[in-house]
This record gives sequence, structure tokens and C-alpha cells, in this order.
Amino acid sequence: MVSQTWYLALAAFVFSCGLYAALTRRNAIAVLIGIELMLNAVNINLVTFWRYGSMAPMEQLSGQVFSLFVIAIAGAEAAVGLALIISVYRTRHTVNLDELDMLKG
Amino acid sequence: MSLPEMSALFPTLQEVIFVLFALLIAVTSLIAAMAPNLFHNALGLVATLFGIAGIYFMLEAEFVGVSQILVYIGAIATLITFAIMLTRGMMFGRTSAMNRQGLAGAIISGLFFVVLLGIVFQVPWPNVVADITDGEALIANLGALFVSTYLLPFELLALLLLVALTGALLLARDR
Amino acid sequence: MAIDYLPLLILVITAMIFAAIAIITPTIFGPKRDNTQKKQPYESGMIPFHDARRRFSVKYFLVAMLFLLFDIEVIFLYPWAVVLRDLRWLAMAPMVFFLAVLIVGLLYEWKKGALDWGE
Repeated sequence: MVSQTWYLALAAFVFSCGLYAALTRRNAIAVLIGIELMLNAVNINLVTFWRYGSMAPMEQLSGQVFSLFVIAIAGAEAAVGLALIISVYRTRHTVNLDELDMLKG
Repeated sequence: MSLPEMSALFPTLQEVIFVLFALLIAVTSLIAAMAPNLFHNALGLVATLFGIAGIYFMLEAEFVGVSQILVYIGAIATLITFAIMLTRGMMFGRTSAMNRQGLAGAIISGLFFVVLLGIVFQVPWPNVVADITDGEALIANLGALFVSTYLLPFELLALLLLVALTGALLLARDR
Repeated sequence: MAIDYLPLLILVITAMIFAAIAIITPTIFGPKRDNTQKKQPYESGMIPFHDARRRFSVKYFLVAMLFLLFDIEVIFLYPWAVVLRDLRWLAMAPMVFFLAVLIVGLLYEWKKGALDWGE
């Protein structure tokens, strides 16, 4: 049996990769990919805590319920985020976040 | 040396499979985060999602694993690929893929990983394995939770999906 | 048990190894005689008439988005369908509301013409 520490360490690695992409990438879609990686890392944690825990089965199942909600909300987030990116591309002809600085004071 | 001690030296099959999946996820998530070509990022993301679905299967959360494949790989990855194909053109090969915070971002996320790893290995996690119900009863329990304890989030999710659908439609449509 | 899925894993690994062999072996042993016709992209026998690297129509994206929304619905419909026989109206009413809200979205989309593929 693999202990839960290793699953959590794996999730930490995936989260850090996503954080790196979200912080440093220039392309808006790459930033969105980073965010998806972070959401997935959180999901690994939720499912791991569902598997390794000592609550009553129904309460324990909250881990899976939350992970399903996260998947659903990630879908909505991806749809809106990508629609925003396409809309911005149509008006500004770029998706580079550095060049989208009209609101900068 | 007795037989149990001998067998403790060799990794079990489950450990071997975990290491394989972990390596797959590590490599492909690095590709998804760092490859300069946007298409390679998207393909890396798909492979990472597959690996994570495998991790769910190892954790015996089969339904979450199937949902992951169905929604993430089936729909979200497709959507991202379409968005890449819609917005590319002039942006290839002109500027570097990283912004000016490249070094700072690497340091921050590296430090974050080290701190997180320290916490994960320091905390004395309760070393118990939940006694889980088998597949079908577990899915029935999930359904019961959706319509009882998590009724409000469930209905709010419908509203969220409606708003997301209409909003994204308005934003992306040709005018 | 997770070990029940071992055949599935073996299948996936076998498929990957088979695909790798099928790609690597011809690149090592196969003859390489290039000409311009061979280098053209394969279009099921048609002569390619356009560069593949052009912008796609946004309609593909809209269809994928619709698919995503109703794909998400499935992961909630499935556990609900399993539990419906036990809970009956207690489970029916929430799902009716859930689906009604999403159908409003579908009707809106229909009304806005996102489902038409016309020019």
C-alpha cells in the first residue's frame, strides 16, 4: 500500500508546476493550462483524503463529492476563460498578457 | 532472513504502478508548464490528466477517474485545443514564451514546492485506510449526497453552468 | 480493489508498446525515398488546397462549449440515476430543477442561433 504522503507529495509537485506556469507564461491559454493543473492537484488531495481517513463512510465521501464539484466548476471556468481569451484576441489581435495593459495606471 | 523481511525489500506491484504513474505525471506536467510551444503544453496537459485519472483508479475512486477522463480529457482539453487553434497566427516565434518574471516565478514556485513537501512529510497523517463500500453502492451514496446534504451546491451548480454557458456564448460569438 | 484494473493497465501498456514498435521499426528498417507527392499531407486522396495552419471558425469552439456543459451534466446524472429507485421524488425534484435550468441555457443558445451552421 502506498502511503498517503506520496500522493500528497505528487499533488504538491503538480500544483507547483501549475503555479509556475500561471506566474511566468506570457500566453493567456498557457496560464489557463497552469490553473487547470493546480485544480487537478487539489483534486488529488481531496480524493486522497477520502481514501485515507477515519470518518463515517457518508461523511468521508465528501472528498469525492467535492472533487466532482471541482471538476464541474473547472469546466465552467475553462469555458468562460477561453471565451474571454477569444474575445480579447478578436479586438486586440493578441493573447499575450504583457500587452493587455490598458487598465494599467 | 525470513520470507516477510525478504519481501519487504522488494516493492509491491502497487508501488511499482504508483511510481510509473508518478513519473508520467511529473514529466508531462513539466511539459505542460514549461514547453515553449503552446500545442506541446496542451498535449502535456492531456497526458497529465490521464496520469491523474490513473491515480484516481489506484485510490479506488473509479467514478472520479471516469469523470476526469470524460470531462477533462473529453471536453476541457478539446476546448483548450480549439481555443489554441482559434487564437494562433501572429504570435508564434515572435517573443519568448516566458514573461519578465521567469526567474522570480521559478524561485517562488520552487520554494512553494519545498515548503509544501516539508509540511506533507512533517504532518503525522493518521495512517488508516477508510473502509470503503464497493463501486455501485458508492455511486448510489454519491447520488444520495447530491440530492440531500449537497442539495444547495448542486442546484447552484446548475445556475453557474447556465450563467457560464450564456456568458461564454455572448463573449465568443461572431458579431 | 484497484488490482482488478490490472488487466486494463496491461492493455494500455501493451497498446503503447505496440504503437511504439509500429512507429520505430519502419523508421529504422524502412526505405526512405522522398518526393514532393509523398511529402504532401494525406487528405484521403484529395489534393490539399489550403494551408492547415489557418484560423478556425469560432463555431467549432461554440459546439465544443455546448458539449462541455452537457458533458458535466452526465457526471451528476449518473449517480442520480443509480439512486433514483430508492429515493423517488426526493431525488426527482432536484434533478428536474437542475435540468430545467440547463434547458433554459440550451433554449437561449438555440434562440441566439449558435446551433445553426449556416454561412
